[in-house]
Amino acid sequence: MAVRAQFENSNEVGVFSCLTNAYAIVAVGGSENFYSVFESELQDVIPICHATIAGTRIIGRLIVGNRKGLLVPTTTTDQELQHLRNTLPSEVKIQRIEERLSALGNVICCNDHVAIVHPDLERETEEIIADVLGVEVFRQTVADNVLTGSYMALSNQGGIVHPKTSIRDQDELSSLLQVPLVAGSVNRGSPVVGAGMVVNDWLAITGLDTTATELSVVESVFRLGEMAPGGAGGAGVNKDSIVESFY
Amino acid sequence: MSMDLDAPVYFEQQEKVAATILCCNCGAAIDGTLSAGALCSDCIRLTVDVAGGVQREAVIHCCRDCERWLQPPNSWVVAALESKELLAICLRKLRGLNKVRIIDASFIWTEPHSKRLRLKITIQTEAFQGTIIQQQFEVEYVIANQQCPGCQKSYTHHSWEASVQVRQKVPHKRTFLYLEQLILKHNAHKDTVNIKEVNEGLDFFFAKRNEAERMISFLSGVVPCTVKKSHELISMDIHTSTSSYKFNFSVSIIPICKDDLVALPIKLARSLSDISPLAICYRVGTSINLMDPCTLRTTDLPTSTYWRQPFPNLADTTELREFIVLDIESTGHSNGRYLLSEATVARASDLGSNDTTYFTRTHLGGVLHVGDSVLGYHLSGTQFNNDQFDAIENSNQYSSTIPDVVLIKKHYVRSKKSKARSWRLKRMAREHEEEATAAVVNVPTTKRQEQEQARMEQDYEMFLRDVEEDEELRQTLDLYKNRQYKVRADQMDEDGDDEMDEDGNAVPKINMDELLDDFDELNMEDN
Repeated sequence: MAVRAQFENSNEVGVFSCLTNAYAIVAVGGSENFYSVFESELQDVIPICHATIAGTRIIGRLIVGNRKGLLVPTTTTDQELQHLRNTLPSEVKIQRIEERLSALGNVICCNDHVAIVHPDLERETEEIIADVLGVEVFRQTVADNVLTGSYMALSNQGGIVHPKTSIRDQDELSSLLQVPLVAGSVNRGSPVVGAGMVVNDWLAITGLDTTATELSVVESVFRLGEMAPGGAGGAGVNKDSIVESFY
Repeated sequence: MSMDLDAPVYFEQQEKVAATILCCNCGAAIDGTLSAGALCSDCIRLTVDVAGGVQREAVIHCCRDCERWLQPPNSWVVAALESKELLAICLRKLRGLNKVRIIDASFIWTEPHSKRLRLKITIQTEAFQGTIIQQQFEVEYVIANQQCPGCQKSYTHHSWEASVQVRQKVPHKRTFLYLEQLILKHNAHKDTVNIKEVNEGLDFFFAKRNEAERMISFLSGVVPCTVKKSHELISMDIHTSTSSYKFNFSVSIIPICKDDLVALPIKLARSLSDISPLAICYRVGTSINLMDPCTLRTTDLPTSTYWRQPFPNLADTTELREFIVLDIESTGHSNGRYLLSEATVARASDLGSNDTTYFTRTHLGGVLHVGDSVLGYHLSGTQFNNDQFDAIENSNQYSSTIPDVVLIKKHYVRSKKSKARSWRLKRMAREHEEEATAAVVNVPTTKRQEQEQARMEQDYEMFLRDVEEDEELRQTLDLYKNRQYKVRADQMDEDGDDEMDEDGNAVPKINMDELLDDFDELNMEDN
């Protein structure tokens, strides 16, 4: 299922939220409308957490996580870290990273198995990513952009990359990730797909400006129609994550 | 080109475009690596309006009197309809056009009375990163009337700021006719607002003081004159301490012309290399060139020296009388083209009535022959009312040297029936004071005007003869071919009239090579 949402008149929902198969983190907004969208889709399925990182609301760009773990930048305060620890499921490992490129959401793009990271990321960070998130790490660029997290949206089912990515690059990335990739845009032509949407295995939330065409591309590449939690019984090829959360 | 329906139609093999994304607007498959944003070219054309920031209607100001266009902020430019200049003014008028690149702009024809200008403009601009969009649109201008400051001023009394009043106190207009030709040749009148012909001179009006100053420097370079300046306060602003003045330059030309007889004050004559005080003026440049016809001694009377002690001429060309050369003998003394000769002459009017002859020395030995007709001043038969001449008559030294006759120039008999010439001079447009005053006062001055007209024509004819006879004078002027002359020339050949006098001395004619073609007259009448 793919829904449209808006965070305080901004279409860049990926900036203000982080969605994984095990939890969702939403920025503290002036009103609860944005939170309500998450809640209506995810209530009683996965925990939804209100959080700030280093006092800011741009949490989607600062943190990166998947089902197994969550990485936060070094600027995160102890109190914020404690709050995340208290709210998120206990299986999720949370780790603070000393990394010069502190906007981790911009430089890392991952699903539950693979991560594509900025080529200049430190070696230690790469190891931590592999340990905490339990993924294989590749240093890659997306359409010659080093900010892989910004220009790529990824789930275990598929991924969307920057619209200017050539077929060759898509093939290369797709062979690394072992998921189908497609070039596309969100928010009426915006190429920053990573910041313009959040996605997990059964839900995608995009900006309010996203056109029907873009939404249909999102639904088809992330295979959201068949995987929606409401009709979860029907599909079932890859429903481990949901079943897990039900216990 | 007509369309050939039977010919086979070939489609060019289009390069296969790898469709990587769907257009975000319409869902068409496009190549994301080449497209602008995530839009297909059709959607860009439909949704993006790059000319949106440009005005589609504007007002352009035109002065109805002088038909000049306002180029903001305050200059007025002459531009024909649909001209490049007008296009530039129109494009500059549009706000927002500086942010885009103009590819093409042209006028769409509009009826001039509609007071509208329509412009078709093609612009290019970068809509997205790396995507240039070209768009064509029309702009309509409304022509609004606005009087320009120049025309506003022309309706007030202050249409000019400086005037140059050129005067020469002589009864004829030869100097001004010559001056007119010089001004025309050097285009010295191009800045004048108005030229008015007044009694004994001309008035030139200028919009700017420095233009008047330029005229004065031109005048003092070609005629012997002195300048007096005066100004009148028109208005003053005590707050900014600016004031506007009207300037008047009074230019008086020495009232001595070529071929005039002058009686110099004896003291002045002594200081001028001790020339005889009775001299003729043989040339006028920026100073007066005098010559004693009895000795061929010449001297130069500078303008400043003249104005220190001004004196009138003794006799001018209207007092020339015709003489017949009875005998002439060269003395062998010459000065330039002048050859000193001793001549015996008789008044042409005396021939047949008495045998009075006069013996005189003349500078015209080179051109005079026995039997020729010559013009000269008859001193012995004339009563002069002139202080300087009286002083000469009373002086011991000079009273005996006064000749009976002073010969000035050779006289050519001209046929009266035809005054047609193969050449002509240009004339300047000017306003006559008489006409102006007559229009105001509404007095019927027909008789006076007729007399004035006749005198003008006589002066002009005199001037034309001077031009014909004096090569030196001619070289300073621009002479044009008279295109109407050819027809009459054929008629004259039939008559067998060659304008010869009895001795076969032809009236001097101007060589056709010296004449200029007048391009003003090359118009439709060639057809």
